[in-house]
Amino acid sequence: MLALLIFFPLIAAAIVLFANENAKRVALFAGMVEFALSIVMVAQFNPGGGTQFGMDYWWVQALGISFKVGMDGISMLLVLLTTFLTPIIILSSFSHSYKNAPLFYSLILVMQMALVGVFVALDGFLFYIFWELALIPIYLICLMWGGKDRVRITLKFFIYTLFGSLLMLVGLIYLFLQTPGSHTFDIHAFYTLHLSVQQQAWIFWAFFLAFAIKMPVFPFHTWQPDTYTDSPTPGTMLLSGIMLKMGIYGVIRWLLPVVPLGVADWGTTAMVLSIIGVVYASCIALVQKDFKRLIAYSSIAHVGLISAGIFSLTLQGLQGGMIQMLSHGINVVGMFFIADIIMRRTNTRTMSDLGGIRNVAPTFATYFIIILLATVALPLTNGFIGEFLLINGVYQYNSWMAAIAGLTIILGAVYMLNSYQKISLGEKNKLTDTFADLTSNEKSVLIPLVVMIFWIGIYPKPFLDIAEPSVLNLLNVIHGAGGALLK
Amino acid sequence: MNIGRCKKRPAFGSRIVNLQPSILYFEMNTLIILSALGVLALFSEMLNFKKALLPLIMLGLVGALAADVMDWNLNKSFYNNMITVDNYSVAFTGLLIVITLLWFIMSPEFFHEPTSRVDHFALIIFALVGAQLMTSYSNMLMLFLGIEILSIPMFILAGSNKSDLNSNEAALKYFLMGAFATGFLLFGIALIYGATGSFNIQTIAQFVFGQQGNFPVMIIAGVLMMLVGLAFKVSAAPFHFWAPDVYTGSPTVITAFMSTVVKTAAFAGFFRLFFTCFNTGNAVWTNTIWVLAALTIIIGNLTAVSQTNFKRMLAYSSIAHAGYMLLAILSVSGSREYAQGSVLFYAAAYSISSITSFAVLLLVSHITKSDSIDSFNGLAKKNPLLAFVTVLAMLSLAGIPPMAGFFAKYYVFTAALQQHYTGLVLIAVAGSLVGVFYYFRIIIAMFKTETEGVDVPVTNVFGAFLVVTSLAALLLGIMPQLVAGLL
Repeated sequence: MLALLIFFPLIAAAIVLFANENAKRVALFAGMVEFALSIVMVAQFNPGGGTQFGMDYWWVQALGISFKVGMDGISMLLVLLTTFLTPIIILSSFSHSYKNAPLFYSLILVMQMALVGVFVALDGFLFYIFWELALIPIYLICLMWGGKDRVRITLKFFIYTLFGSLLMLVGLIYLFLQTPGSHTFDIHAFYTLHLSVQQQAWIFWAFFLAFAIKMPVFPFHTWQPDTYTDSPTPGTMLLSGIMLKMGIYGVIRWLLPVVPLGVADWGTTAMVLSIIGVVYASCIALVQKDFKRLIAYSSIAHVGLISAGIFSLTLQGLQGGMIQMLSHGINVVGMFFIADIIMRRTNTRTMSDLGGIRNVAPTFATYFIIILLATVALPLTNGFIGEFLLINGVYQYNSWMAAIAGLTIILGAVYMLNSYQKISLGEKNKLTDTFADLTSNEKSVLIPLVVMIFWIGIYPKPFLDIAEPSVLNLLNVIHGAGGALLK
Repeated sequence: MNIGRCKKRPAFGSRIVNLQPSILYFEMNTLIILSALGVLALFSEMLNFKKALLPLIMLGLVGALAADVMDWNLNKSFYNNMITVDNYSVAFTGLLIVITLLWFIMSPEFFHEPTSRVDHFALIIFALVGAQLMTSYSNMLMLFLGIEILSIPMFILAGSNKSDLNSNEAALKYFLMGAFATGFLLFGIALIYGATGSFNIQTIAQFVFGQQGNFPVMIIAGVLMMLVGLAFKVSAAPFHFWAPDVYTGSPTVITAFMSTVVKTAAFAGFFRLFFTCFNTGNAVWTNTIWVLAALTIIIGNLTAVSQTNFKRMLAYSSIAHAGYMLLAILSVSGSREYAQGSVLFYAAAYSISSITSFAVLLLVSHITKSDSIDSFNGLAKKNPLLAFVTVLAMLSLAGIPPMAGFFAKYYVFTAALQQHYTGLVLIAVAGSLVGVFYYFRIIIAMFKTETEGVDVPVTNVFGAFLVVTSLAALLLGIMPQLVAGLL
């Protein structure tokens, strides 16, 4: 079942490649089937049951590499996010006509396969393979369908992330060589390694750099705004909606439990960096004129908070991280879609050129404000639940840090509402005079997103319940391993 | 008559049975078939069957491959211990024959004058004979002979484009440098003979092992001399200066052969010497190889970045790959099988992706009459197949999963990490990162939309060849044990 979930998108990608004009419809259909598959799996999923749908086959036995996959609550939520967002991202691209569309949609589906693979892999090597595999399609998407300066920007993005990945690979090989007997990449073997504090510190940095670049955490974020701005919108959505969760997931699954002592030593540094990123990115977002760039910076701020919450190693922080990963994925995809709609109709992303859209396109403005308020974490929206839990977690760790991190809510409200004011309110002008309201296709993208915003905002329990036992289990591993070693 | 024949037959047959072990059941089939094939090719012009030559050669190579495979697990020495056929030599010979076969499928269309084909083919086959000796020698003299038999045809072939000044320069440079390196090699062999009293590598190995680390100066000087000679042959820095000029100056078909078969054979010979005789990890030569590997990786990669000529870039990339393979030679003091498997796999992965790149270059430069990277501009638009195979080849050479090149690097990195060469592995990792820059320049060039790409016609056979080699690189990346597990 899980193998089907991983490899179905790959098969679909091959079919889409030969679908010519129908490529986008076939891709959408494949995305829906994949989502249905994941829903079936959620129905069978027992939150308290540990790792489920497990599969374990040798891949390269001589090297201790196995095809070992399985899902616990943490994986489940992220797989759901992936399968939910992919069809929406495909649907959102319907109003564009991309050159060489079959290849475009095929790459999106390959990307989906790699993402699902990353979230379910329980073998270090397999994880790395999927991690790298996700990089190639998104690179090609940005390179072939990106904006003007795409060559330089995408290469920077690729090299930057590959640098992190290779360090992680060296770390993984090091851990592999530490495992007893005929070595293995099995994550459970990694959990039971008894490495010295110094060894753990090295591994911590090798892994943390890889994950921090992917998220991105300050000061490893410099690839991100350019890449987000210059990529085609579906590419940006994949990057921001799902791909950056790979970094956070990596921290949760592969960093915290594997090197708890390294985290004990360096976690504070990671938190400080994250919180600097929160404030720094918010401040830059305040002065952005380009709407897409503003969203990119706000994304850095949000991810910084998630990262800080997770490094607090509290139940609230981790649970908040889980919920906020879902919320951020949904909201940021919504925001980029809004930006895409504006861009398509007015040919500009400069906010000061716009204005008065509310008067000509009220439905659009309504959806816009809902998603925007979710992004600034208004109560009853999904953003609030996540940020509340995260700040709560950080507060338990250090109240000053929580106070500074809390600034993100205020600053976020300032720049976001400011952008709404510039774009939507005020007098309409030449550009916005003929701004058409939402088409049914655009509505079909926005409605599921808005439904999820309110569902998570009002009744987050089902989602929290899926993740909670796994998060508790994880905290046990972290504290248990750390405790055992300190004796 | 009939009766007489009937009577004779059993008698003749029984003689065959009796003689089988010593004469009629040849055990050097591969070498003999290859040598006969070379002679046959020489005679083809005289005896007027030029047209049938190519199919004959293909048939002969397949026969040689079959004979080679039959020797699996033979483990036997011939001609007074001059040659030992063991699984290592069988595997490498098989690889060399397969690459030569691929070369023969790829190259016939690209010779300048049809008349020169016969000479070319004969020389290539003779070079292959030398290459085979280099994989299976068990006496230093055979190593020397193998190198000479391989090199002399290559000197001629490098200058085979007589009207081109660069080709003449390449031949002269190759010859002078090659002769110089052979001088070093012979000097080294003589010194080692002086210390050990033997040319036989097993005897030398016993002597080296018996010394328990306290080597006479003559041995150390001898090994260093041989290292210099072999480093020339595999184009390791700082003995690599001949390589770029020779690779660029020679006709592209010949360069393709040099950078695959010749390189693989040189490494097979190099490695055979070290894992048999000098595997005890003496600081003098491990440090030397360490420095050689580091320099080769750094210089090869960094210089490749600034190249504008695709062929020259591949020459530097070939230097860089030699550096990675040196890592495996460095780690022979660990698990010998593992190091052997990694060198074999690296050679296979590198050769297969190289030959794909050269095939694409041949096609493109045939139309554009230029080897520069710019002639790839916008290629993807009109030639999706070429673009596809080139992307796969470049990803493989850059070492990105799931291509073979990734596992190749993975094998040598793990082998080196097992022997605690962490610093060198980090240099190698940085080197692969730089590698992405120049390999991706080809991908970027192909997807440029600004310039109209050339239309490159691809015959069906050639298209199939490209697809097969690319899929082979992918297959090796997914199931590396197919090759690496042999040893």
